[in-house]
Amino acid sequence: MNITDKQIINYLQSGFPVCEHPFAVISEKLGLTESELISRIQLLLDKGILSRFGPMFNVEKIGGMYSLVAMQVPVADMERVTAIINQHPQVAHNYERDHKFNIWFVVALEAGKKLSTLLETIEDQTGYLTYNMPKLDEYYVGLKFNA
Amino acid sequence: MLTIIDHSSAKMAPEKRVFSDSHLISLIQLGLPLTERPYLEIARKLGVSEHQVITRISNMIETGLIKRLGIIVRHHELGYRANAMIVWNIPDDSVHKVADLMKEYPFVTLCYRRPRRLPDWPYNLFCMIHGRDREGVISLLEDMIAVNNWQDYPYDVLFSKRRFKQRGASVRKVRVVF
Repeated sequence: MNITDKQIINYLQSGFPVCEHPFAVISEKLGLTESELISRIQLLLDKGILSRFGPMFNVEKIGGMYSLVAMQVPVADMERVTAIINQHPQVAHNYERDHKFNIWFVVALEAGKKLSTLLETIEDQTGYLTYNMPKLDEYYVGLKFNA
Repeated sequence: MLTIIDHSSAKMAPEKRVFSDSHLISLIQLGLPLTERPYLEIARKLGVSEHQVITRISNMIETGLIKRLGIIVRHHELGYRANAMIVWNIPDDSVHKVADLMKEYPFVTLCYRRPRRLPDWPYNLFCMIHGRDREGVISLLEDMIAVNNWQDYPYDVLFSKRRFKQRGASVRKVRVVF
């Protein structure tokens, strides 16, 4: 990754224009041509440095909801429990963390679906308690990562 | 060959077509087309005008249905190998004040208030810090605590060990990445 790629990443994290020639707006500022910018973004996606280029939706406003759920699972039972959790299509992320509460996953639900039903199922299947920690307030942070 | 184009109807007809948010969302959920005029390409698929698509997407950003238009960076691939969730037990009457200071730090990439789950879980404020390594994350955290005099607030640091799953989730058949 060169300096131009880093500039592109830092620039695009703050947003992408909504107008007829959005790439031209950015390429001009970075001293590139429109097609150079487009092919560099494509390359960053191909290399896996970017996972996506497009809109990030607000799940709640689309009608769904999501929550963070924690569990305490003995290390010896981790594989079995994570396999069960990950089977559920509503589970978006699942991380093992270095703590007594060692499993942390995010669930996203369609409108009208009950989180409690899903969590009861997971508790029945795994034999461990779930700790539901839905977001109560979100504090807006600015730009994410410096490339 | 002579082709006669009726410009008035070519321009007017698409404007009259209606299209639903969900149809538009299904076309852009996995990403915007990487072409010089991405909104025109989307408009052609919907059979509407570029202007309509631009207006609708702008509205979605204004109303917050789209949180952000841009890129998602794989932090691990950028060299941010240490991902720490720091959880704090902050008195309820101070939590907003503390969070407002915390979120301003450039290395704080998420900041949420969540419910305590007593007696097992006393923490009510969560923030995420990504760093090049664990030592770097700890030193950023310790500086932040010292500068703000947060020494009295109990906290815990949960580094990620393994990522079992990272993908967008399906909500009403819409893949959403957050």
